[in-house]
Amino acid sequence: MTDRDLARKSIEYRRDTVRAIMHAGAGHTGGSLSCIDILNVLYNRVLRITPQNWSAAVRDRYVQSKGHSVEALYVVLSDRGFFPLASLDTLCHYRSPFIGHPTRKVPGIEMNTGGLGHGLPICVGMALAAKRDGHDVRVVTLLGDGELAEGSNWEAAMAAAHHRLDNLTAIVDHNALQITGPTRDVCSNEPLDAKFAAFGWDVRRVDGHDLRALEDALTRPGPAGVPVCVIADTVKGRGVSFMENVLKWHHGVPSAEEFARAEAEFERQLAAWESGA
Amino acid sequence: MSAAAPSMFSSEAQAAADRLGLTKGRANLEAFADTLLELAREDRRIMAVTSDSRGSGKLGPFGQALPQQIVEVGIAEQNLVGIAAGLAAVGKKPFATSPACFLAARALEQVKNDVCYSDVPAVLVGISAGVSYGALGSTHHSLHDFAALRAVHNITIVAPADNAETRAAVRAAAAATKPVYLRFGKAAMFDLPTGDGTEPFAFGRARRLRDGRDAAILATGETVIHALLAAEHLAAQGISCRVESVHTLKPLDTDAVLAAGRDCGAVLTLEEHSVHGGLGEACAAALLQAGVHVPFAIAGFPDVDTVTGSQSDIFQHYGITMEGVADRIHSLRSKRHQ
Repeated sequence: MTDRDLARKSIEYRRDTVRAIMHAGAGHTGGSLSCIDILNVLYNRVLRITPQNWSAAVRDRYVQSKGHSVEALYVVLSDRGFFPLASLDTLCHYRSPFIGHPTRKVPGIEMNTGGLGHGLPICVGMALAAKRDGHDVRVVTLLGDGELAEGSNWEAAMAAAHHRLDNLTAIVDHNALQITGPTRDVCSNEPLDAKFAAFGWDVRRVDGHDLRALEDALTRPGPAGVPVCVIADTVKGRGVSFMENVLKWHHGVPSAEEFARAEAEFERQLAAWESGA
Repeated sequence: MSAAAPSMFSSEAQAAADRLGLTKGRANLEAFADTLLELAREDRRIMAVTSDSRGSGKLGPFGQALPQQIVEVGIAEQNLVGIAAGLAAVGKKPFATSPACFLAARALEQVKNDVCYSDVPAVLVGISAGVSYGALGSTHHSLHDFAALRAVHNITIVAPADNAETRAAVRAAAAATKPVYLRFGKAAMFDLPTGDGTEPFAFGRARRLRDGRDAAILATGETVIHALLAAEHLAAQGISCRVESVHTLKPLDTDAVLAAGRDCGAVLTLEEHSVHGGLGEACAAALLQAGVHVPFAIAGFPDVDTVTGSQSDIFQHYGITMEGVADRIHSLRSKRHQ
């Protein structure tokens, strides 16, 4: 897949994510839109996780610690062939496996998450297992920046460096907004780069909507024995002008009218993509 | 051979132990560590995961023998359980070992979400449980772990009474495909009689240590010995007691609980745990919902600021002794005859 095709996927993923949330009447719109480009690069360029190798004991692993942005993950997994996009018609319906947080009932989902501060310790365990067995396996988790207030992240950050887990990558979807307001006002985590560096991680800061920069940060080799932290600066609600950096879209659900406006924006983005050939 | 009298026994209790020919084994914790090492030599998936608890978990020899199968995470119980869940999710068989007081409180959300909800075959080992750390105070007591974990879906909860039950429980946990919580104390335990026709150890099946018709004592973990001695003591008074080691609190052996009520007409439960939310309330619910209405009492730790001292001191304070249990049986029987 060319870089250009990859860029188109991000637009389609955003459209399908917002549509699924609108149909379900529930979801975390802003945080799903902020991590779409990250998931796009992960699943189309970085991770060796496919429906074909899913049942293999030895393969890459992805745990979405910011579980509330599961709608974006559903759309990407669907595109990767884990299930038809139409499955999302049941999102949040009675007894649907497609609920508001990741569960292993859904093909392609590694662990049940949703409580914050759980993904990184789990990934330390997965990365340790691969190290002990000498397997070439990458383990990746996606954290929210607000989530970093949970102390368990820092327990795991310390352990990952101690155990020299250079097969582990933690990506921070640094959209700088959480449900109460700007993260820096709620409980600042800055300087975040310095914190992870002080915990012994190789820190890479990138524009979280620059696909090439993301791919570089996620594939560039680092020092031996050092886990990698990619701080991806993102925009909550990215791709829909009236949602970008607006707090209510943390878990705001678009009305039919709002979705129509969003869809029109996606159509314009796709048209611009076409003309940019 | 005469049993060496631990300080928790009165001279009368010692006499009862002698009559039963009971011999003292080791701490269940030591039996756990030995069994785990034995299993891990054969099954390389088994990993010990510790939170600076290698020494207190008696896992030093394990770490020396199998350094590739032990993971130290530091004093970080949430991380301990999260890491264990991650190991289990990719095919390892982790035994996450930490004092029960921390494992079932500080790491409860990781137990609930990462292990039980995600349904990975991790084993959680609560060491120095109950009031094993008696003099260290409430921070180090775990009198809440049964209650907390009983309300979590998808976990087997086991408190072995002696070394034999411990060894069998560790083997069963290693073979389990679902989450398991094992609870061990650190005092040396007496080897309990196996009795005629005793079923082999299996999760969810109580072990009948002694049969009787006048009352039943359903006990778990390190209190079982006191139930057994009380039954021996009461026999001399013409009262015949059934004693069951209910090592598995969940799934509860409902058949054994109901049979205790129906066959014996009075039921006392006994546990090193709060009277709220543990074995007693589990048995009460089973009996009431089956319509088995017999005199019933829960012996354990009352809902008060727990006294401190040695485990033995604390047991004596709350009547978890041969004499205390015998008194509770007399009291129950008097209710039956009212």
